Amino acid sequence: MLKKFKLLAKSIREYKRSSILSPLFVSLEVVMECLIPFIASDLILVIQRDYENIKLKFLLLEDPTASAAVFGGILVVMAMLSLSFGALAGRFCAVASCGFAKNLRADLYKRSQEFSFENIDKFSSSSMITRMTTDVTHVQQAFMMIIRTAIRSPLMFAFSIIMAFTLGGQMALIFVFVIPVLFIGLFSIIRIAMPIFRKVFKKYDKLNSSVQENVKGMRVVKSFVREDYEKDKFRSASENVKNDFVRADKILAFNSPIMQLCMYSVMLFICFFGSRLIISSGGQSFDIGKFSALLTYGMQILSSLMMLSMIFVMLTMAGESANRISEILEEESTIVNPENPVSVVENGDIEFDGVYFKYAKRAENFALSNINIRIKSGQTVGIIGGTGSSKSSLIQLIPRLYDVTEGSVKVGGIDVREYDIEALRNEVSVVLQKNVLFSGTIRENLRWGNENASDEELIRVCKLAQAHEFVSSFPDGYDTFIEQGGTNVSGGQKQRLCIARALLKKPKILILDDSTSAVDTRTDAFIRKAMREEIPDTTKIIIAQRISSVEDADMIIVIDNGIINGIGTHEELIKNNAIYNEVYTSQTKGAKME
Amino acid sequence: MSRGMMKRPLKKAKKGTMPRLLKFFFSSYKLPLVAVLICMLLNTLAGVCPGIFQQTILENVDKALALIDGGASTESAAEQFFPAITAAVIVLVCIYAVGLVAGFIYQRTMAVITQSFLNKLRNIMFARMQKLPIKYFDTHTHGDIMSHYTNDIDTLRQLVSQSIPQLIISALTLTAVLFLMLYYSLWMTLIVLVGVVAMALVTKFVGGGSAKYFVRQQKALGKAEGYIEEMIHGQKVVKVFCHEDKSISDFDKLNTQLCKDATSANSYANILMPIMNNIGHILYALIIFVGGVLVLINIDNISISGKPLDISTLIPFIGFSKQFTMNISQLSNQINAIAMGLAGADRMFELMDEEPEVDNGYVTLVNAKETENGELTESEARTGIWAWKHPHEDGTVTYTRVQGDVRLTEVDFGYVEDKIVLHDITLYAKPGQKIAFVGATGAGKTTITNLINRFYDIADGKIRYDGININKIKKDDLRASLGIVLQDVNLFTGTVMDNIRYGKLDATDEECINAAKRANAHSFISMLPDGYNTVLKGDGSGLSQGQRQLISIARAAVADPPVMILDEATSSIDTRTEAIVSAGMDALMQGRTVFVIAHRLSTIKNSDVIMVLDKGRIIERGSHDDLIAAKGKYYQLYTGSFDFDEQTDK
Repeated sequence: MLKKFKLLAKSIREYKRSSILSPLFVSLEVVMECLIPFIASDLILVIQRDYENIKLKFLLLEDPTASAAVFGGILVVMAMLSLSFGALAGRFCAVASCGFAKNLRADLYKRSQEFSFENIDKFSSSSMITRMTTDVTHVQQAFMMIIRTAIRSPLMFAFSIIMAFTLGGQMALIFVFVIPVLFIGLFSIIRIAMPIFRKVFKKYDKLNSSVQENVKGMRVVKSFVREDYEKDKFRSASENVKNDFVRADKILAFNSPIMQLCMYSVMLFICFFGSRLIISSGGQSFDIGKFSALLTYGMQILSSLMMLSMIFVMLTMAGESANRISEILEEESTIVNPENPVSVVENGDIEFDGVYFKYAKRAENFALSNINIRIKSGQTVGIIGGTGSSKSSLIQLIPRLYDVTEGSVKVGGIDVREYDIEALRNEVSVVLQKNVLFSGTIRENLRWGNENASDEELIRVCKLAQAHEFVSSFPDGYDTFIEQGGTNVSGGQKQRLCIARALLKKPKILILDDSTSAVDTRTDAFIRKAMREEIPDTTKIIIAQRISSVEDADMIIVIDNGIINGIGTHEELIKNNAIYNEVYTSQTKGAKME
Repeated sequence: MSRGMMKRPLKKAKKGTMPRLLKFFFSSYKLPLVAVLICMLLNTLAGVCPGIFQQTILENVDKALALIDGGASTESAAEQFFPAITAAVIVLVCIYAVGLVAGFIYQRTMAVITQSFLNKLRNIMFARMQKLPIKYFDTHTHGDIMSHYTNDIDTLRQLVSQSIPQLIISALTLTAVLFLMLYYSLWMTLIVLVGVVAMALVTKFVGGGSAKYFVRQQKALGKAEGYIEEMIHGQKVVKVFCHEDKSISDFDKLNTQLCKDATSANSYANILMPIMNNIGHILYALIIFVGGVLVLINIDNISISGKPLDISTLIPFIGFSKQFTMNISQLSNQINAIAMGLAGADRMFELMDEEPEVDNGYVTLVNAKETENGELTESEARTGIWAWKHPHEDGTVTYTRVQGDVRLTEVDFGYVEDKIVLHDITLYAKPGQKIAFVGATGAGKTTITNLINRFYDIADGKIRYDGININKIKKDDLRASLGIVLQDVNLFTGTVMDNIRYGKLDATDEECINAAKRANAHSFISMLPDGYNTVLKGDGSGLSQGQRQLISIARAAVADPPVMILDEATSSIDTRTEAIVSAGMDALMQGRTVFVIAHRLSTIKNSDVIMVLDKGRIIERGSHDDLIAAKGKYYQLYTGSFDFDEQTDK
């Protein structure tokens, strides 16, 4: 746990000063606050004209009203000081905690950007997002507590006890009995209630995810007329959650009565024995001023103990968030640059030498086994295979999105692991199957491929990808704003923009991973024709479902269950590859009848 | 702050929300709430009243001291005043005891009431939600609907369990303290009130600044979170384009802005507490000082009790001012929570007030058997024959056999009133026929099926089912007679068997397995670790798209309806898997009227009629061979020289 805190604390950086100043001023504030009742008890004595018992005798003046004014003035000054300290502490605390959260978010974000595909696969996007948002907020709040409340409460507790004993003497003994009672009471409540809460929150999440299922599947629910069935199911689950919540809340309900019990005991004790003591000692060893100060300190002692128990709960909860955050911070990218990287990719030759690959080290089965392929610069290669046949895995090894488990992948005659990653990926451009456009104009999106691309270049690649025509038909042309997730363009348009974006890199190798599935066959053919004619030197690898997308390739690879099932041209494979033949016939059945 | 709560902008609640919520709340738990209120009152009084007895004790102490100062022995003073003090303490013990017990009862009862109330709200919302028309779900995002169950319930929990009780307790305490203060001294009361007003002013000023910056913080947070979300979802693309540095620097900008706004907001909030505390302290000093001076100059006290102003009446004021200021700051703390809670309640009421689906149908679906003379009569038991039970105005009842004859005549429809998306659709589906719809996204294919099962109601024209106007058929019964398999498969958490049985709740295991066999799903299900008892989680995320689709086909198969609607059921499956799924579908289609929507033409070639839709109109109709021979749009589609989606992209 301590290690985790150290890891997180690294993100404090430039906010160290504020992080130290905050507790410092909190301490000063506490000192002031604790001295206030002390002075106040003197003031009461001044008014009572009981000058004997006044602790700060040197402040006394002849005139009683003037004396009272002096003590009252001191009190006001102290309150103002306490206010300033408190305000400063609050300000530094805000600066430190918000700054810390900023750094933490930045560190998480930076780390996430360093992640390799393998790292990315390990964490789901929703869990990554939660860690960077909700979890950081929790940790920020906990941090705020640590440098402020968590300093304030124990200090307040300690000071108040000291003051109580200084002033109250034996009267303060009551705290020796009451504090353990409150302490044990509060912490047993936490210990009993926390596990129940944890359990019930899990159940609660489940309940909510079942609602989500219901909302998502509403068409199914209604089609099968299952509304009542769903209602009953929900009712019993919700009832179950309610009962658990009630159980936990009933335990929590002891909280304030225990606190009140302790407070009342202190009050009664002081009222009863204190007043007797004042009278029997003739106001010598105890007086009304001390009497009221002791009551004030008593309140402070107990409420700071209450605060402490709340801090404890908050910190335990934030601990879980801290854990999740440190998981990301500790995650090392599985793909890093070599020491003396090669920064120039000579040409678009690709070579797979006895490649074996699996996604996780612990995985039992290889996703790819014994892959040997040689592709010459400028060739067009098609890849065909069913879903789950590892087509995508194969091509993702070329730009080193994943590292091979065994064997080697060479680009331009050099092992991909020896290249500077950025240099390699700039030359090996992949249009991923699950492709994404970002919110921004079309122009901005395309320029992901090359920040400095001129408008002419944009138009050239869009023409190549058969996108120019529809882009120019938009009222805003290249300045058309793409919504988040690219929801305002059709699937086929999105795919063509993604191809254009990849082309803008002017890569030596271009890989299209099922990137024209939503494009009609004619446009698809145009794209392929344009590529053949306009970028003849670029090696092109095309993964496709449609035979028509690959049939004119120089070489077609048929993959089945991670193994190369056949390599050859269209004609060769039709003759001697069963899978290829089967897919071909299923797709052309009937179409060629006419 | 609970998860996600910050994402929603603060919206002001409607005026009637608070009374409505309170009425709803109180009417649900009348007796327990009365008990809670009484206990609250007792508990509050037990917190305030001791001031009186403390004063009594101090008064006695003061008198005793005066006596001692006057030369009396401590023993005699003790003898004289101890009994009065003891009596006051005993009364105090009783008051405290009552207060404690009342407090405990109120806390426990409140815990139960709060959770029961939330449970009740959840159930009402969910039940209401089940009755809402599909339109509601089509026009609200899932996130928005979900937030009723998460955010809104959370804010209401806060409101009901803390803010409202705090509001009541504070109000009670303030009244009681005010009374007590006046009981002792008007002058002192005025001093306390002056302090309280100052405090309220400062709170308003600082709190206002805080609120302004919190709104900014929410906005900045929303932006930063939105950016994180987009980038994390597109993380692989970022990697492929080596765009990491750019994305980091873009994020830095948002993050810095967020930090700036958050710092301002939190500074204000953090400063508020010391200000409150120390105004309390200043007030404390002020009370003693001014009070002391007043005592010294022997001012004429004005009070309910008629007691003079002296040290024993002064000291309770320290406590009173503390209680007063504490409760005021408690109240100000709750203002935000109350506003948020009411906004939450408002949104929840919005859901509860949504118009449920109207159903004026009276024709019902019943089991039937054929009498010897060929007439249909109703049957208690399942017979395998279904009939529409049609009660007429003259009291007679006719039975029509359910066959699956669906006719649309000149149907017009628009999701929004003045924007018609279907024009003049006329089609006949005879029992057992397979009708296919082809067309671009948005051409109206799915819309037609939405009309047949009355997810939406037509604007003009007629739809008849076995000769009956579907508006006369009870919606539940209409839908029960229609099976549906959608492109987006929705499975529910539970076993494979549960999911199949969803089609027919009283189906035996055997029936389910047979349905799975018919749907070609049996072989892969048997290979799952626990076979039919394998638990599916997260919408069946462990299964492939094809497998999930097969389960949904089995689910429709077990329902065994006379009419089936297959909406793009195979479009996201690759061609090889599709072959397996198609076999399952073909089995399912046997002997039923089927409406098929498909992107891939191979799936619909063998249909009896193919309708080519464009912009809400049927532009071509006929069998595959007819349409190929006609060399129209269908022909172009089929030969791949044309794609609807390309044409409509503008």
